[in-house]
Amino acid sequence: MASNKIGSVMVVGGGIAGMQSALDLADSGYYVYLVEKGPSIGGAMAQLDKTFPTNDCAM
Amino acid sequence: MLRHPRYVDEEKCIACGACAEKCPKKVIDTYNAGLVKRKAIYVEYPQAVPLKYSIDPETCIYLQKGKCGVCQKKCPVDAVDFEQKPKTVNLNVGSVILAPGFEPFSPAGLENYQYSSHPNVITSMEFERILSASGPTTGHVVRPSDNAEPKRIAWFQCVGSRDLNRCDNAYCSSVCCMYAIKEAVIAKEHVGEDLDCSIFYMDMRTHGKEFERFYDAAENRSGVNFIRSRVHTVTPIPDSDDLELRYVTEQGELKTEIFNMIVLSVGLQTSPELIKLAEKLDIDLTEGHFAKTGTFTPVETSRPGIYACGAFQGPKDIPQSVVDSSAASAAAGELLAEQRNTQVKERELPPETDVSGERPKIGVFICQCGVNIAGVVDVPKVVEYASNLPYVEFASDKLFACSQDAQDNMAELIREKGLNRIVVAACTPKTHEPLFQETLTDAGLNKYLFEMTNIRNQDSWVHKNNPELATEKAKDLVRMAVSKVALQEALKETELQVHPSAMVVGGGIAGMAAAKSFADQGYETHLVEKSGQLGGQARNIFHTAKGESVGEKLNEMIQAVDSSNRIHVHLNTELTNVEGFVGNFESVLSSNGSEQTVEHGVAVIATGAEAYKPDEYGYGKDERIMTSLELDKKLMDDDPALNNLNSAAFIQCVGSREPGRMYCSRVCCTHSVENALALKKRNPDMNVYVLYRDVRTYGEKEYLYRDARQAGVIFIRYDLDNKPVVKTGGDKITIGVTDHVLQMPVELEVDLVNLATAVIPYGDEKLANFFKVPMNEDGFFIEKHAKLGPSEFSTDGVYLCGLAHYPKPIDESIAQAKAAVSRAVTLLAQEKVFSSGTIAQVDQQLCAACGVCVSICPYSAPSFAEEGRFAGKAEINPALCKGCGLCVASCRSGAIHLKGFDTDQIFSQIFELDAAI
Repeated sequence: MASNKIGSVMVVGGGIAGMQSALDLADSGYYVYLVEKGPSIGGAMAQLDKTFPTNDCAM
Repeated sequence: MLRHPRYVDEEKCIACGACAEKCPKKVIDTYNAGLVKRKAIYVEYPQAVPLKYSIDPETCIYLQKGKCGVCQKKCPVDAVDFEQKPKTVNLNVGSVILAPGFEPFSPAGLENYQYSSHPNVITSMEFERILSASGPTTGHVVRPSDNAEPKRIAWFQCVGSRDLNRCDNAYCSSVCCMYAIKEAVIAKEHVGEDLDCSIFYMDMRTHGKEFERFYDAAENRSGVNFIRSRVHTVTPIPDSDDLELRYVTEQGELKTEIFNMIVLSVGLQTSPELIKLAEKLDIDLTEGHFAKTGTFTPVETSRPGIYACGAFQGPKDIPQSVVDSSAASAAAGELLAEQRNTQVKERELPPETDVSGERPKIGVFICQCGVNIAGVVDVPKVVEYASNLPYVEFASDKLFACSQDAQDNMAELIREKGLNRIVVAACTPKTHEPLFQETLTDAGLNKYLFEMTNIRNQDSWVHKNNPELATEKAKDLVRMAVSKVALQEALKETELQVHPSAMVVGGGIAGMAAAKSFADQGYETHLVEKSGQLGGQARNIFHTAKGESVGEKLNEMIQAVDSSNRIHVHLNTELTNVEGFVGNFESVLSSNGSEQTVEHGVAVIATGAEAYKPDEYGYGKDERIMTSLELDKKLMDDDPALNNLNSAAFIQCVGSREPGRMYCSRVCCTHSVENALALKKRNPDMNVYVLYRDVRTYGEKEYLYRDARQAGVIFIRYDLDNKPVVKTGGDKITIGVTDHVLQMPVELEVDLVNLATAVIPYGDEKLANFFKVPMNEDGFFIEKHAKLGPSEFSTDGVYLCGLAHYPKPIDESIAQAKAAVSRAVTLLAQEKVFSSGTIAQVDQQLCAACGVCVSICPYSAPSFAEEGRFAGKAEINPALCKGCGLCVASCRSGAIHLKGFDTDQIFSQIFELDAAI
């Protein structure tokens, strides 16, 4: 059973959700392939101005 | 998988921008929501990762017609490669996480809103770009038609959401109410208080943490207008760029108003390509085309091993997306635990060179940052100046100091010239310091023998019009950095072993889900529950919003926890003391008078919350008036009393959203709608009323609201200043309420009243003190960061989930429990942690043992030494110190030093500036 599993994960999408998943997995000892269809990561959040409640720049 | 070519060699591209400057092809800039144009060769935005240009093959003249190629000629590093071809890549992986996101609904087809025909009707995404300092108007709020500052802006809510007439999205997109309020408040900040911002809405859904207070402040402090109405007609006013709105007020009055600009709050939807992808992957989607998951398995798709998170799993905001994405990685971790560390390699580092006692040999690297710095500052002059400063062995400039080749060159020079201190004058250390420090480590130099000074954000960017003075300022900054780094010593990071175990406080749904996930990922877990049984509040809940029986699933969970040999369940147990720090906690558990100490590396707080017991609406005076959980109990027991009901009323927001408890309890609208349907199912002829303020069945829970209306449940809205009045004593209970449609007081006669009472936290101060974690004014614990750290605390090694964080339904509690575990496992998996090198240290010979540092430190790092030569004097625990410097400033004896920022270093900088008094 155990030998069939592979210690790597593919994460589809490089937005805030995909990046967080990829970081958590990589920091936990798994090899991660982060796949993004655009030329850079960041997703929709990179388009936002400020975010509630800290009014931090979303970037 | 098909890998599309970028047509630019990533290894070579230095993102100088010469290509885009000369590219003759202008195309729509999707990043700026189509408001402006960009070139066919582009980076999406200046902070893009990777910061490498790429060619859009659909619009590139060369790739389309075989002519042009200007970019190739202009590229100084020969990075443009038109010969790149798409490549098929095959990957073998143990698991897949889908986080492909959403697309904003396009209102192009909604003719009545004039989006396609009028420039001043824009989407919320376009407005976000207008507000942004990096957007096309650099943050100036102007309308597209004439670039004039608007005086009146209207927001229309639910565009592409909760609408089956003009689109197919019956669900609520969950995020639009909150972002519209945020946009209105920020627009007023930009333009001034006189800007009239009006939000037209159906129900105001501010159900997230701290959202209600923000809504209240927007209305009462910022003066944003909230108008409960759906605008039906928008007419352009001839000979002007303004628009006329016609709508019906709640009082039934037809009104006409003129606005300068309209923002359509567009919803979130799954793109058609994604729907196809899901089909290809054989994954079930919901009615609204989101990935189908179960309440108790909130990130598992219908296909084993494939997980979904983010807006693909349902329309949701950033915090919830971040929670779900960590939960998905925990789920993948549970599946693959035995294969952990099999596919990754540990980086091999060269041994560290001992430079103590050596004369400083400083290398200075001045970054041009393309034209960002070099366009203003005379970089060669600064290099020449730097090379003549004391102890400087070598100085040079770099086009981009952060590029890979510059890094390699830097490491080479450190080895070749024996440099033992490095200064980089470039951008901000906040983003780039770790990168340069890594280069030092790779070259065998202690990473603290480094100083970075910011000649971009704090110089070239802000002194664009004064290049000569900017050059002088750059020299000053470099001189200061050189003098500071010359005094810098190699710093050690203390290595601490992490105890490979966890403690979870609270044995409800969230706590059990967390314990189970830890155990499945291979960690010993102590589950501490103060009552005599596991299950928490879920024991009192009948059904989930998706119709699953809670009792059944709960029993499965309890059984799984009980039978796991890695989980130690401690019932009737309370925490009586916690000592230690990240990786090494020691907690005392007390049960029936006996005490036990357990060691654990991390802790998860999942202590839950309880239902509010009201003292209004006749509660406690008549047994026919009950809370939601009490009705659930009757439904679970199939209480015969329910069979003789002819009418029932649900009163919402009992104890929520009012002064003293200014938050929405998030679960009660869905719960009441669900139970209203359950009563209707038992007796379709029954009259069921829901008295509400705003119906907040967010996301796909909206379908329940739709079903309830179709089943004949009557919804009557009331205001906070005109609450329903409940009268008992008669044969029936009477409720007086003002009907919002009839605008008249009505009296309802009912057999049962359900009070949808607030979810209230325990506000456990003792627990907060044990782990040094904060609580908000309502008594909910405060997470590390509302958006990016929703399931963890600022205190390292302590995590948070469930109702103790904020009211939430079961699926969100379980997701957050898994998220907390995922974050904790990133620490446990490292097996050791390193404290920072820049921490405070006490010179105990000078310490007067006054204790100011002990009382001032927010992290409890200083304490009095208990033994040894300096017993009674202060000492600082390096594992707890965050290097904030409070103790250094407060020490009256000058006994505390902050390593890396020592007094002589700070003074040397001030002296170099000639600024000392």
